[in-house]
Amino acid sequence: MEYGLDKRSNALKIFNTTFIIVWLLVACFPFIWTFWGSFKVRADFFSRADWWYAITAFNTLLETGGKFTTDAYSQAWTEGEFWKASRNTVIVTFFVVTISLFLGTLGAYALSRSTRNYAFWILIAALIFRAMPHITLVSGYLFPFFQLQIWGILPTTIVVLVAINQPFTLWLLYSFFKTVPKELDESALIDGCSYFQAFRHIIMPVMWPGVITAGLFSLMLAYNDFTVTALLLNQENHTMVPKIQSYLGTNQHEGNLMWAVSAVVSATAPLFMLVMFFQRQVISGLTAGAVKG
Amino acid sequence: MPNKTFFWFFLPTGLAMILFIGLPIISTGIQSFYAQHDQVVKEVKKCDPFGCTVSIVVDQEKTSKIREEKPLGKFNGFGTYVDRNHLAVEEIGKFWNETNSFGEFVDQVTNLPFYKALIFTLTYCLFVTPNVLLLGFIIALSLNAVTRRIRGPLIFGTILPMIVTPLVGSLVLFWMIDAEGIIGANLQMLMDDPYLSLKSSKTLTWITIIIYGIWHHSPFAFVVFYAALQTVPQEPVEAAIIDGASRWQRVRHIVLPHIYPVVTFVALISLMDNFRVFEPIIGFSAEGSAQSLSWLIYDNLVNEEVILFGSAAATSMMTIVGIAILLAPVLIRTWKEFRTAR
Repeated sequence: MEYGLDKRSNALKIFNTTFIIVWLLVACFPFIWTFWGSFKVRADFFSRADWWYAITAFNTLLETGGKFTTDAYSQAWTEGEFWKASRNTVIVTFFVVTISLFLGTLGAYALSRSTRNYAFWILIAALIFRAMPHITLVSGYLFPFFQLQIWGILPTTIVVLVAINQPFTLWLLYSFFKTVPKELDESALIDGCSYFQAFRHIIMPVMWPGVITAGLFSLMLAYNDFTVTALLLNQENHTMVPKIQSYLGTNQHEGNLMWAVSAVVSATAPLFMLVMFFQRQVISGLTAGAVKG
Repeated sequence: MPNKTFFWFFLPTGLAMILFIGLPIISTGIQSFYAQHDQVVKEVKKCDPFGCTVSIVVDQEKTSKIREEKPLGKFNGFGTYVDRNHLAVEEIGKFWNETNSFGEFVDQVTNLPFYKALIFTLTYCLFVTPNVLLLGFIIALSLNAVTRRIRGPLIFGTILPMIVTPLVGSLVLFWMIDAEGIIGANLQMLMDDPYLSLKSSKTLTWITIIIYGIWHHSPFAFVVFYAALQTVPQEPVEAAIIDGASRWQRVRHIVLPHIYPVVTFVALISLMDNFRVFEPIIGFSAEGSAQSLSWLIYDNLVNEEVILFGSAAATSMMTIVGIAILLAPVLIRTWKEFRTAR
């Protein structure tokens, strides 16, 4: 908002700048600090004596001979089997994104081109489904899954995550499809295309921005999920987030905190990269439902 | 689009939602009426040279046989809903008769697990939602006043807390606030209290989790408000400047009315998300002093000895009722709009 008329006083400018700097510190410093600390030994990052050790690396020098150490990473990835967890995350994320985009584009296209009442009610039902806490759904899954003996394996989790993700994907893609003019597919229908051909050859090519946005959100949901993956997968098949929790330890066995720290950094870094590249799409996705109505 | 075409296009996603969202809700409802079997006991007579003793032991064989025959458990009706771990009807009646003052009564009731969790969940919603709206709006306003060239990186930094999963976000904060972390240690020094610790005090734990909630959710409010601010028309703002309106008056009378629909949208979404607060409790290891409804369900489901399906399902059903109450005003409004639009 750069108005020629609007003269901001210096005091306001200074206040504004200070506020933004303080907020960015609050938002980003925890991540920077964790990243820095992941290259130290536990006695430094969680120092009983003096938190300043985390910066001077007093114990890290004593224990490893250098100011930085990647021990936590190498141990977590090999001994802690974090490689397995990240492989599982890649599998789950890949299939969840592909399947939910496939189902979501078909469904949302139909919703956006239907003028019947039921299309409206389906969207409302999707909104209600979106509001359901995931843990209540999980408490519904566990018993039948145990009985059918499909608990603990990756395909079950993938299907469940796809379904949980559908309401949001439908709403998002619906608002994107609404922006594509109806005349485009209508003319294709007049020329003798079937609905599916019009969808496949006319609409999808102009929908890529929307599809990428919806894909990013499916990816973030599958990648970040804790509730479903922690309860529906067995130890062997755990993805990254439940794995991090298992490093924290319980009353029965002591965890390895530095493994958790390095695992947190390993899991967060790819996500940050991705958002950095696709920032515009993430923001357009968050606002699609709100601003366009 | 003809009905038949619509059906085939919508079938896959509709099937997925019915099978894995609709049916589980029904399954939860059915499970909530059942409770796990009691263990079958038998009397064992043991005789030795000094006489005979009769002891009661669990008959493992019979117990597991019953469990196999009826894995759902025994029918319990609304029994689970009213037991001590849920609505605790009996206990409340007892407290009402036994306690002398109303304060004491409230004290007793809020110590029951379900009510304790309900109060934490509501407190969390009540404090986090308005603060998220406020902070998000302020950040949006002030970022909007920054030169366009450097906004990109600033927005990236702002949305970081939102894109990490709540478990990771709360862990990252917890490691700093912990007595052995940077903020915790400095707080101890500042307050001159070497025993000051987050875990020891219920109030401090609650405050920490609420602050975490604001930190995590504000970026979402920011993004939506920021986008809405881009659509505010310039003419009325300029007219207001010429008429001598102050900055605050412009925000109050032009910007806010324009973005009002968006505000209700953000409020609704963050209310729904806050109501299911759960991961931060695990991240902050705060089970001792803060429990939410979702955490109660999780706790039942990871129970070591036998998974308490019935108990988890009953809490789930009551959580769903809570969500329904939250959503009701919006749904009623949408329905009215839909009817008038026709």
